[in-house]
Amino acid sequence: MNYPCKIKTINLNLFYGEFQALKNINIKIPPKNITAIIGPSGCGKSTLLRCFNRMNDLIESVRTEGKVIIDNQNINLPETDLISLRRKVGMVFQRPNVFDLSVYENLAFGVKIHRLYRSKTKILEEIEHALESVGLWKELKDKLKKNAKNLTLDQQQRLCIARVIILKPEIILLDEPCSSLDPIATLKIEELLFQLKEKYTIVIVTHNMQQAARISQFCGFMLLGELVEFDTTEKIFTYPSDTRTENYITGKFG
Amino acid sequence: MKFDAKTREKLAFFILGMIALIIILPIIGVIAYIIKNGAPGLSWEFLTQPPRNGMKEGGIFPAILGTIYLILGTMVFSLPLGILAAIYLVEYARENWLTRTIKLAIINLSGVPSIVYGLFGFAMFVIFLKFGTSILAGSLTLAIMSLPVIITATKEALEAVPKSFREISLSLGATKWQTIRYCVLPYSLPGILTGTVLALSRAAGETAPILFTVAAFYLPRLPRSMFDQVMALPYHLYVISTQIPNMPLSLSFATALVLIVLVFLMNLVSIILRAYFRKKKLW
Ligand SMILES: Nc1ncnc2c1ncn2[C@@H]1O[C@H](COP(=O)(O)OP(=O)(O)OP(=O)(O)O)[C@@H](O)[C@H]1O
Ligand SMILES: [Mg+2]
Repeated sequence: MNYPCKIKTINLNLFYGEFQALKNINIKIPPKNITAIIGPSGCGKSTLLRCFNRMNDLIESVRTEGKVIIDNQNINLPETDLISLRRKVGMVFQRPNVFDLSVYENLAFGVKIHRLYRSKTKILEEIEHALESVGLWKELKDKLKKNAKNLTLDQQQRLCIARVIILKPEIILLDEPCSSLDPIATLKIEELLFQLKEKYTIVIVTHNMQQAARISQFCGFMLLGELVEFDTTEKIFTYPSDTRTENYITGKFG
Repeated sequence: MKFDAKTREKLAFFILGMIALIIILPIIGVIAYIIKNGAPGLSWEFLTQPPRNGMKEGGIFPAILGTIYLILGTMVFSLPLGILAAIYLVEYARENWLTRTIKLAIINLSGVPSIVYGLFGFAMFVIFLKFGTSILAGSLTLAIMSLPVIITATKEALEAVPKSFREISLSLGATKWQTIRYCVLPYSLPGILTGTVLALSRAAGETAPILFTVAAFYLPRLPRSMFDQVMALPYHLYVISTQIPNMPLSLSFATALVLIVLVFLMNLVSIILRAYFRKKKLW
């Protein structure tokens, strides 16, 4: 299969101490699409995702081999500038983890640490923009001073996405972003992701196969640290070429 | 005898409450006793005048001032050092034998008797560094004694901040220091304050570390620089209670009362600061 790619890994291996969590991963993620990573618990989905913004660096025992190439640049090198990498590759976590601060401060945080804008009006403008793009502006424009912890979970998760978007990233990584949301909130987030894929490359880890089938264009199936199959979502869910993928999709295990 | 769950719950509640009360009672008793015996000795003169007539009359102003200087000096040396050391240990240090040794040393140092610190301070600051018996030497000695406690308290406060806070901040491209400054410190500050004030309170009341390093037996004039000796409340209390015959007891108790009030004021300041920081979140 030949297609342009935004993120590519070449023979990526990752070890937690002695334990090998990723085994020779070769994945090619296309730009401006939603790519879903599915697989049973503990197969290494989160670990793989965290390779794309080098969040695994935080864990002392981790050792990685191989290349992670984003826009033709291997980011898996010691000299990589992690600050600009993480600005370019944003991440949204499983739990909507807003800061225990106002909506405004949650969004201004990234602006402040990257020294993006100085003038208050410009910052406010960008905040409006970010909230607009996650569909929160109407609800929150009069509540920017309100503590973000008091929002609904769905609003909080959107705010987390906005907090990433305000940094003008190119890639957004989401690790089970809907697992603590109810079905309606989940659908709303999915709709949002669908809109966002026009502008950003989105990689989402999910436990929920229906979700992967609903929103993604490309899909990877992982098992025990291996990327068993990577293809268009349509192909994965209709004619998977590996029997292990088929077994998982049809619910024979996992 | 058998009780149902509800009765047991009531019984447990009652017993635990009683135990809490038993623990508090002696503290209240001590404080009440000191107030009762010390309050009559208090006066404006007592707080603002130097001692006179073989310390049997006059006030304790030089000792109050001396103790305040010592607390400030201890703070200046131990707070930045202790807090920065704890930040290093929690946030930056990698887990290796050196880090483990440092951590072990800190734990052990907090168990060293204060007289040992006093001797060390005497040898190190008074003699070797030639500071003489001085506020500087005394403050440094007290600071070194307080360091393990401050480091341990700060470490615990930092470790109590959930890992996810650091993760979000770093994932947004913050540097390690920005993460510490904006996400970790604001949340750990109350804990750090509590721990450090506890350490400083203890330092304020110690006699042994200042015995050879700064404390003067009787020195009615006020210090002019940090190379001067001063009187200090705990040592003065020791002196007037044991070294001077026919000392009116009320003066000893009044001195103790002043020391307690001073420590209490320090705690009050920390409570106010804590409330202030909580409101401002330090942003
Ligand atoms: N910090 C760590 N230290 C050691 N082993 C780890 C660590 N984090 C994850 N692992 C192991 O690596 C493997 C992959 O973990 P990972 O979190 O990537 O799985 P996952 O596919 O995201 O699972 P889940 O669906 O439960 O989130 C698991 O076997 C896990 O036990
Ligand atoms: Mg996971």
